[in-house]
Amino acid sequence: MSVRMPVLLPVDLWALGAVIALSVGLMVMLLLEWAPVRPGSPRGAILSLLTLAAAAGSVLYVRDVARSLFGGMFVHDGFTVFFTILFCAVAALAVLLSWDYARRTRIGQSEYYMLLLSATLGMILMAASNDLITIFLGLELMSLALYVLVGIRRARLESNEAALKYFLLGAFASGFLLYGIALLYGATGSTNLTRMAEFLAASPLQNNPLLIVGGLLLLTGFAFKIAAVPFHMWTPDAYEGAPTSVTAFMSAGAKAAGFAALLRVVLHALGGVHANWAPMLSAIAMLTMTVGNVTALLQINLKRMLAYSSIAHAGYLLVAVVAGGHEGASAALFYLAVYSVMNLGAFGVLTLLGRGQEERVTLSDVAGLGFRHPLLGVTLTVFMLSLGGIPPTAGFMAKVYLFGVALKAGWIPLVIVGVLNSVVSVFYYLRVTVAMYMEEPALEPVGISWAAPGVIALMVCLALTLWWGVQAHALLALALRSVQGLM
Amino acid sequence: MIFLFAGFAALLVASSLLVVLHRNPVTSALFLVLAFCSLGGIYLLLQAEFVALVQVIVYAGAIMVLFLFVIMYLNLRQDVERGVQTAIRRGLGWLVGAVLLAEAFALIAKRWQVGPVSGGPEMLEGNTQAIGRALYTRYLFPFEITSLLLLVAMIGVIVIAKGRGGTAAADDSAEEKP
Amino acid sequence: MAALWNQPDVQVAVWALLKVGIILNGMLILVSYMIFAERKIAGHMQARTGPNRVGWFGFMQPWADVLKLFFKEEFIPAEANRVIFHIAPMLAVIPALVTFAVVPFGPGPALVGADVNVGLLVFLAMSSLGVYAITLGGWASNNKYALLGGLRSSAQMISYELAMGLSTIGVLMLAGSLSLVDIVHAQSKVAHVFGLPIPGWYVLYQPVAFVIFMITALAETNRAPFDLPEAEGELVAGFHTEYSSMKFGLFFLGEFMNVISISCIAVTLFLGGWNGPGPASLGLLWFALKLALLLFFFIWIRWTYPRLRYDQLMNLGWKVLLPLALANIVLTAIAIQWVSGAAG
Repeated sequence: MSVRMPVLLPVDLWALGAVIALSVGLMVMLLLEWAPVRPGSPRGAILSLLTLAAAAGSVLYVRDVARSLFGGMFVHDGFTVFFTILFCAVAALAVLLSWDYARRTRIGQSEYYMLLLSATLGMILMAASNDLITIFLGLELMSLALYVLVGIRRARLESNEAALKYFLLGAFASGFLLYGIALLYGATGSTNLTRMAEFLAASPLQNNPLLIVGGLLLLTGFAFKIAAVPFHMWTPDAYEGAPTSVTAFMSAGAKAAGFAALLRVVLHALGGVHANWAPMLSAIAMLTMTVGNVTALLQINLKRMLAYSSIAHAGYLLVAVVAGGHEGASAALFYLAVYSVMNLGAFGVLTLLGRGQEERVTLSDVAGLGFRHPLLGVTLTVFMLSLGGIPPTAGFMAKVYLFGVALKAGWIPLVIVGVLNSVVSVFYYLRVTVAMYMEEPALEPVGISWAAPGVIALMVCLALTLWWGVQAHALLALALRSVQGLM
Repeated sequence: MIFLFAGFAALLVASSLLVVLHRNPVTSALFLVLAFCSLGGIYLLLQAEFVALVQVIVYAGAIMVLFLFVIMYLNLRQDVERGVQTAIRRGLGWLVGAVLLAEAFALIAKRWQVGPVSGGPEMLEGNTQAIGRALYTRYLFPFEITSLLLLVAMIGVIVIAKGRGGTAAADDSAEEKP
Repeated sequence: MAALWNQPDVQVAVWALLKVGIILNGMLILVSYMIFAERKIAGHMQARTGPNRVGWFGFMQPWADVLKLFFKEEFIPAEANRVIFHIAPMLAVIPALVTFAVVPFGPGPALVGADVNVGLLVFLAMSSLGVYAITLGGWASNNKYALLGGLRSSAQMISYELAMGLSTIGVLMLAGSLSLVDIVHAQSKVAHVFGLPIPGWYVLYQPVAFVIFMITALAETNRAPFDLPEAEGELVAGFHTEYSSMKFGLFFLGEFMNVISISCIAVTLFLGGWNGPGPASLGLLWFALKLALLLFFFIWIRWTYPRLRYDQLMNLGWKVLLPLALANIVLTAIAIQWVSGAAG
C-alpha cells in the first residue's frame, strides 16, 4: 500500500495554522460556556479576534513557501495565503461590526461567534483545497454555519423565512455540486484537481457526456453559492432576513470563498478546456450583471438593494473568470479584495442604523442622514461611489483593471455589457446619496447606535477603499503574485 | 448473482418510484426505507459489506426513523393538492422528467467513458479494514474536517431548536407582536 | 437427484435452509418457555406459585397460551391504516430473527448460521430496524395512546442505540474484527495470574462497556425498568393497545426474541461465547448456560426495579451512558497503545 500516515513537517504545521487555530478557537469558545458570562460581555468577540489574528499570523509566517499536504487535499500557496488573509480580515471586520450589533439585537454571543469562526474556516478550506472532496467539505462547513447565522434571530419571522429559503436552496445546490463531483470523479478517475487537469489534457472532452454533465452540475452548484443568475433567487431574501452583521459577513466572505473555489476548479482543473466552458460562463455573467442591476433599481430596502448589487458584482467577477489566465485570476482576486472591503463598509453603516432591536434600513430611513450625521453620510457615500465604480475609489480601479483584462482577452461584447451595467448601477447607488442629502425623513429620524468597535471597522474599510483608489499597484502586484502557482 | 442483482435493482427502482408517487407520506417514507435496504443489498453484491450495513444502520435505522417522527408529529396523513396550479405544476414536472429521461437515454446511447480507477481496494483484508486504513491515511484531512462539520451542524441545530427561554427571547416576541 | 445434490450451490442452500428451520423452531420454543419461566419466577418473587394447572407444574402452559392467541378474535380499529397495521407486527419479529443468523452458538461452522465478517454490524443494523415495528404499530392504530407509546419508544431506542453501539467499540478494538466468530476466538486465551487461570472474556477487560451494554440492552428491548412505551398507568398498553390475537402475539414474540438475541450478542461479545473449561464439544452447553444466566438477569431486573420517569430515562441515556461509553473508548485506546508499546 503506497499510502501511509501523513507526515507533517514544522512548516506544514504553520501552513495548517489557520485551520488549527480556528478549530481550537471555536472549541475553546464552546468549552468556556462552562463559565457563563453576563449577556453582552465581549468575551466571544475578543476571543474571535484573537483566534483570527493567530490564524492569519501563522499563515503569514510561512507565506513564501509552497506546500501540498495530504496528497493535495490542502495546498499552501500564494492563492491560499491571499484568501486566508482576506477571509480572516473579513471575519475580523464582521466581528467588530457585530460587537455592538449582536449585543443590542440580543443574539446569543458565544454560539454566534463560534459559528462565525466555523464559517471562516470553511471559506479558508474552500480556497486552500486542491481536491473536490475538501472543497465540498469546506463549502458545507461554511454553508451550515451561515444557514444558522442567517436564522439566528429566531423570534423574527423574516429571519426564519430567510434561513429556511437559504437552507433549502443551498441544500439543493450542494446536491448538484456533489452529484457533479461524483460524475467528474467517474469521468476522470480522481477528485484531485491537478490529476483531473492531467487527465483532461490527455483526452478530448467531446466524447465524454459524463464529464460534460458533471461539469455542468458542478458549475450549477457554484453558481448557486456565488449567487449568479438564474440561481440567485435566495440572495435578496437571505440578505434581508439575516442580521445585518451576518449579511455583511456573508456577502463578502461567502462570495469570495465561492469564487476562490471556482477559480481553482475552472482555471486549474478545467483550464485546458477553457473554450468549452467560457461561452457558457460569459452568458451567465451577462445575465447576472443585467438582472442584478436592473432589479436593484426597484428596491427601496437597502439590504435588498445591496443584495441585488452583490449579484451584479458576481457578474463582473465572472467576467474576470471568463477572461481566464493569470491576468483574469489576478483581476478576480483584486476585485474580490476591493469588493469585500467596500461591501462590508456599506453593510457596516447599516448595522449602526437603528436603536435596540429595530431595523431601519429602507431608503426613507436614511433620508436626511447626511445632515444629521455628516461623517456617517460621507462614509456611506464613499462606499456607494466605490460600489458604483466612480473614481477616486477602489471600486473604480478594480473595474478598470477587470474590464481591461477582459478586453485584452478579447471578450468585447462582455465588456460592453459590463460597462453599460456599471452605468445603470450608478443610478441606484447615487439614489442613496440623494436620499441622504436631499430628502427629509418621513418618519421620525433614525437613531444611530454608535459603538467604538463598529466605528473602527468602518474607518478601516473607508481608509482601504480610498487608499486602494489611489494606490492600487501594491494590491495588484500581490494579486498577480498570488495566482502564480494556480495554473 | 445476476438474478440477485436484478431483484435488488428492480426493488430499488420500484420502491424509489413509489416514494415519489404514493400519496400517503408515511408510506412514502417506508418505501424510502425499502429503497435504502435494497441499495444495501446491491452493495453486498459488490462485496462492499461494510458500506451495505452502514447504509442500513445510518439511513434506514437512524435518519428515516427521524423522518417518520417528523411526519407523524406534523400529522401529514394525506397530501391533498388540487387546483389548476397544481395540475400545471404536475404537468411541468412530468414534462421535465420526460426530457431528462430522454437525455439520459441519449447519453447512455453514446459511450460513457469512465476514467482510470485509482487505488482499488485491497482484497487481502475485509473492506472494513481497508476503509479504516484509507480514512486514517489518505483521507485523514477530510475525515477530521467532517468531524468538525458534524460538530458545527450539531451546535447549529441546538442554536435553532433550543427553547425560547430567557429574557432576551421573551422581550423579542413581545416586541414583534404588536 | 444426485447430480443436483452434487452442485455446491444446492448444498449450501439446503444447509442454510436447514439451519434456518432449526433456529426458527428452536427460538419459538425457547421464547414460549421463557415466557413461562418469567411467569414462574415472577410468581416466586411475589410469594405465589405462578401457572401450575396445565400439565406437569404448568409445563404445558405456553402451548395453551399460543392456542388461545390463535383463536382469539382479530380486531382492526376503524380508520386504521390497514396495510401498515398488518406489517408492523411482522417487523417486530423479523429483525430479531435475522440477528440469530450471525450468532456463533458453538465452535465449528455447523453451529453458526453465517460467519460474515461484519457480524456485529448486522446485529446493530437489525436492532436499529427494530424501532419501526413499534413506531408504525403505534401510528397505524389511529389511537393517541398507541401513537404516544410508539413515539416514546422510537425516541428511547434511538437514544440508547448510540450508547450501545459505542459500548461495543471497546470490544472491537481488543478483538480487531467485526466478525463474531473472531471475537469469540479472541476471548479463548487463558491468562495465568499466580497460577490461577483467568479467562480471556472481555467482561474482565471491558467491565464498563459490559454494564453499559446490559443497561442499553434493557432499554433497546423495552423491558422494565425502561418499558415506557407501554407504561400501563399512563398509556393503557402503549403501542399495542389496539392489537389483538396473533398480531399481539407477534409483538410479544418480538419482544422476547429481542431479549434472547441481545443476550446472545452479550454472551458473544463479553462472556466468551462458547468458551469454557472442558472439551470443545461442550461449547454449545457453555453458551446455553451463559445465555440462561443472562435471560434470568433480564427477568430478575424486570421484577425488581420500578419504571424510570421519561426525563430520567433521557438523562441517563444522553448524559451518563453516552459520555461514559466515549470515555471507555478513549481509555481502551490508551491502554492498547500502552500495552503494545510496552510489548514492542
